[in-house]
Amino acid sequence: MSFKILGTGKYAPDFVIDNNELSKYMDTSDEWIKQRVGVKQRHISIDESTIDLAYNASINALENAKIDASELDLILCSTVSGDYASPAVSCMVQSRLNATCPAMDINAACSGFIFALDTAASFFEAKKVKKVLVVSAERISKLLDWNDRGTSVIFGDGAGAVVLGEGNNYLSSVINTYGGNSVISIPQSDAPSPFWDRSDIKPYIYMNGQETFKFAVNAMVKDIKHVLTKAEVDESKVNIVIPHQANIRIIDYAKRKLNIDDKNFYMNIDRYGNTSSASIPIALDELHRANNIKDNDYLVFSAFGGGLCSGACLIKW
Amino acid sequence: MNFEKLANIIAEHVDCDVNEIKKDTTFESLGIDSLDTVEMVMELEEELGVELELNEKLLTVEELLNFINKRLGEINA
Repeated sequence: MSFKILGTGKYAPDFVIDNNELSKYMDTSDEWIKQRVGVKQRHISIDESTIDLAYNASINALENAKIDASELDLILCSTVSGDYASPAVSCMVQSRLNATCPAMDINAACSGFIFALDTAASFFEAKKVKKVLVVSAERISKLLDWNDRGTSVIFGDGAGAVVLGEGNNYLSSVINTYGGNSVISIPQSDAPSPFWDRSDIKPYIYMNGQETFKFAVNAMVKDIKHVLTKAEVDESKVNIVIPHQANIRIIDYAKRKLNIDDKNFYMNIDRYGNTSSASIPIALDELHRANNIKDNDYLVFSAFGGGLCSGACLIKW
Repeated sequence: MNFEKLANIIAEHVDCDVNEIKKDTTFESLGIDSLDTVEMVMELEEELGVELELNEKLLTVEELLNFINKRLGEINA
């Protein structure tokens, strides 16, 4: 027993900023960002919280699945950009949905959606749940140093969600952690204290681009091969790959190392930027609502990022 | 690794004439950024079957050539 996906949803804030607009604030250009990262525009939340994004994507997914929040047995939220250290985003979503089930957040950075799916699968396996909401919500713009054109042009805000029910469609998975803070980190600020002063620590995303690239492509290729081998599904049989929309060049490099048709890799980084853990469920919802996923299709999700964490899973639709 | 071989790899990567590439050519002038450099180093690692462990910023073709040969020397030592 694992699960099947009963419905999908997404939400992105209304405010959209394209590369030309962004180049008014920093020394960059549309051409450079498109070529080097693959982003044309991104959604930025001006006044909506991460909880707002998560709630709207959750409602969207519950409606799509035709499930009432009262039926949920568990809510899992993946995020690195929660509004509070406590309560968790998932707890506030539970409250606003008038749900009564337990709720918790998972922080596995950009790999959070896969880690949350894998956690949900274990709850189904243990027969502790019948319906689970997994929502990935990121207001990553609040963690950007807008003076750093290397990172601030990459990211965007958004949320994606899935409602899971009992089924056997989660065929195989792998999650990995290679703990360390030297490649990617987002420091947290301390509250002011009479005993120390750490006000110089800013909550900005720090990324070593070269190391991140290397880690990402290796993780993506290794993890995808791992889940396919485990389920004895040949690379040529994969209908859709949804990679974490990190950077077009990471995906292009990994594509060359896999025997999966290039056109089967779904990309939407041009319209959303990198929305961290929300990128896979946003892309999944787009494909689902456009009727581009057929029954019995093999879908592979692959993510990698801070932690360092990575993961992949194979789903039969 | 000799200069000609590296120049060919770079020319293939950026789709330019190999004769345009000199030892003192900067990656910036070829439109190559730090991620292109790491991509090329990864391709080289695969071809040579060794871990080059690039963690320094390289500006010119000669710097990359020296880096590769230094690492190959260390590995074979």
